[in-house]
Amino acid sequence: MNKSAEADIAIHTNNDAKMDTTTMANDLNNNEAGNTTASFMNEHKSPRQRKRERANARFHFYGFAAIALALAFLVFFFVDIIGKALPAFDETEVLATIHYSEAASKNYNKAIDKKMRGVVSRAWLRNLPAYMKAHPELMGSSVELWMLADSRVDQYIKQHDGHGLKSKHKHTVDAMLKDGKIRTVFNTTLFTNGDSKLPEYAGILAASVGTVFTLLITMLVAVPIGVMTAIYLEEFADDNRFTRLVEVNINNLAAIPSILYGLLGLAIFISFFGVPRSSALAGGLTLALMTLPVIIITTRAALRAVPESIREAAYGLGASNLQTAWHHVLPLAMPGILTGSIIGLAQAMGETAPLIIVGMMAYIPEAPTTILDATTVLPAQIYTWSTESMRGYGERTAAGILVLLAVLLSLNALAVKLRNRAQQSW
Amino acid sequence: MSTGINTNNETKISVRDLKLWYGDFEALHGIDLDILSGKVTAFIGPSGCGKSTFLRTMNRMNDRIPSCRIEGEILLEGQNIYAPEVDVVQLRTHVGMVFQKPNPFPKSIYENIAYAPRIHGLVDDGPDMDELVENSLRKASIWDEVKDKLQQPGTALSGGQQQRLCIARTIAVAPDVILMDEPCSALDPIATAKIEELMDELKKEYTIVIVTHNMQQAARVSDYTAYFYLGDVIEFSDTHTIFTAPANQKTEDYITGRFG
Repeated sequence: MNKSAEADIAIHTNNDAKMDTTTMANDLNNNEAGNTTASFMNEHKSPRQRKRERANARFHFYGFAAIALALAFLVFFFVDIIGKALPAFDETEVLATIHYSEAASKNYNKAIDKKMRGVVSRAWLRNLPAYMKAHPELMGSSVELWMLADSRVDQYIKQHDGHGLKSKHKHTVDAMLKDGKIRTVFNTTLFTNGDSKLPEYAGILAASVGTVFTLLITMLVAVPIGVMTAIYLEEFADDNRFTRLVEVNINNLAAIPSILYGLLGLAIFISFFGVPRSSALAGGLTLALMTLPVIIITTRAALRAVPESIREAAYGLGASNLQTAWHHVLPLAMPGILTGSIIGLAQAMGETAPLIIVGMMAYIPEAPTTILDATTVLPAQIYTWSTESMRGYGERTAAGILVLLAVLLSLNALAVKLRNRAQQSW
Repeated sequence: MSTGINTNNETKISVRDLKLWYGDFEALHGIDLDILSGKVTAFIGPSGCGKSTFLRTMNRMNDRIPSCRIEGEILLEGQNIYAPEVDVVQLRTHVGMVFQKPNPFPKSIYENIAYAPRIHGLVDDGPDMDELVENSLRKASIWDEVKDKLQQPGTALSGGQQQRLCIARTIAVAPDVILMDEPCSALDPIATAKIEELMDELKKEYTIVIVTHNMQQAARVSDYTAYFYLGDVIEFSDTHTIFTAPANQKTEDYITGRFG
């Protein structure tokens, strides 16, 4: 082996740490054949070096292209969703006269002038008889006030295609617009109402409360059982055929299509235990079944990431199994366990398939007050709206997606924050 | 096998025909050895010869390995530590261990020391615990370096300080024997010298067994040395004899660097 060959090896290994010994041996052979006297000062790149650099550049390009493509999809998605959702955060109101008459208390359509019918929201008017009953002193008076507009008017004002407003109403609205009798305000209806058959009156309140109830049950059931299972399997159980079988099955369960958990939930909770259909309890328990494997797997990974030396230190001082796990391993694994639980719950929150089976994909306008009431959840609500034909539901669907996305992103941000805090050295 | 040692000293641990298997692999082939009270005993030998495995049998750390099986006896002051009625937790308070890589708990220096006495109910939190923490740190000659930062994390100390903290943690439960598994292999020479100095001090109160890859270290710190090879004790004698006039050719080859 001559000096230049030795130098060549040194340079190649510096240039490319991953180069294995066989390639180095090849380089050496090339040099011994006398075709080059390469040194690191040489201006002429060897064919091998050029090939290597080209491969590097190609790989860089592929990687960059993949990321650019992914980013492009993401940007497109966000622009589309936000663009469609933003108008939904405004709603249109019209200024009109309302007559609290005997006739109006029987037929709410009589409360407003005839030409206003079809401009004012029917859903809003429907509450009038009940309101008049509560305030009998109003009887016989007439008041001018801002009322919620019909969805078609709303869409017309927002200049959306396919607003579906009839031409006679269009003239009325145009005239009112000139007189300043139409305004757009922040859409509080979206957040204070449940579902409705009229888009201007539909909101996410019932679905949000249902989501909170459902997820609370999922969390209370899945997190303790999942974490305890993982601790037992990782820290206490013997490594035998039975525990290996359990482990394989848990891993398989995490990969099962979620709709099957719906069938399981239907069979166990609704048919066998008689939990009410469509209830937050049935949905929460079903989602808990689905989330359990995810929590077990991430918790086990978090426990396994705790260095063995910490366990040895504790055992060496005479700590018992339980003391070692409880005092030393668990505190160190806690951020990882929380991260896994949050990600599992976020997944459950966005799930619809198993909930179809337990009857949560339904028209439910009232927010639930107990976990046994029929309820729906946000993703189910979004799906229901997306199948409606009226134009007003389109932007509400997008708004629902945006709200769900915001909640999920904040949950994930929380998980990332916990993970970063966990990255301490020991 | 062990050559006879002229013992006027009291025997602390006596090992009788100890065999150990990992699954089907026999890692130790019948060890017979006496460890004397108040002395430093060193185990030397090439990697994989079973010296660390043997060390870990003495406070039953091998119990944690499911495939590990043991035959024979280890008598600590005449009691077989593998007898069924032995409480491993109690055993480990009598036979403490210091590991190869310093492994303080990611808690404060104070908590590192106070943890074991607390779980064993030796002293209550408060002035008694403060005193115990201080004494333990003093005995491990690290008190002066950490006395102003007891509430700081033990993991923030330097490697050598961490290892002395681990020694202090071990002696806080007042063990009889301290097992040291290559305690200096992760440390620089200055930190190593401090630990060796400390061992000289500690052997007045404790029986020390040390596994080391460093033959100079064995020669410097130990009173007795055992040479392990392929799961057997080839030679066991006082350190001076082993390093100047080994009886066995294999031992001589190893310590003169012809082998290993």
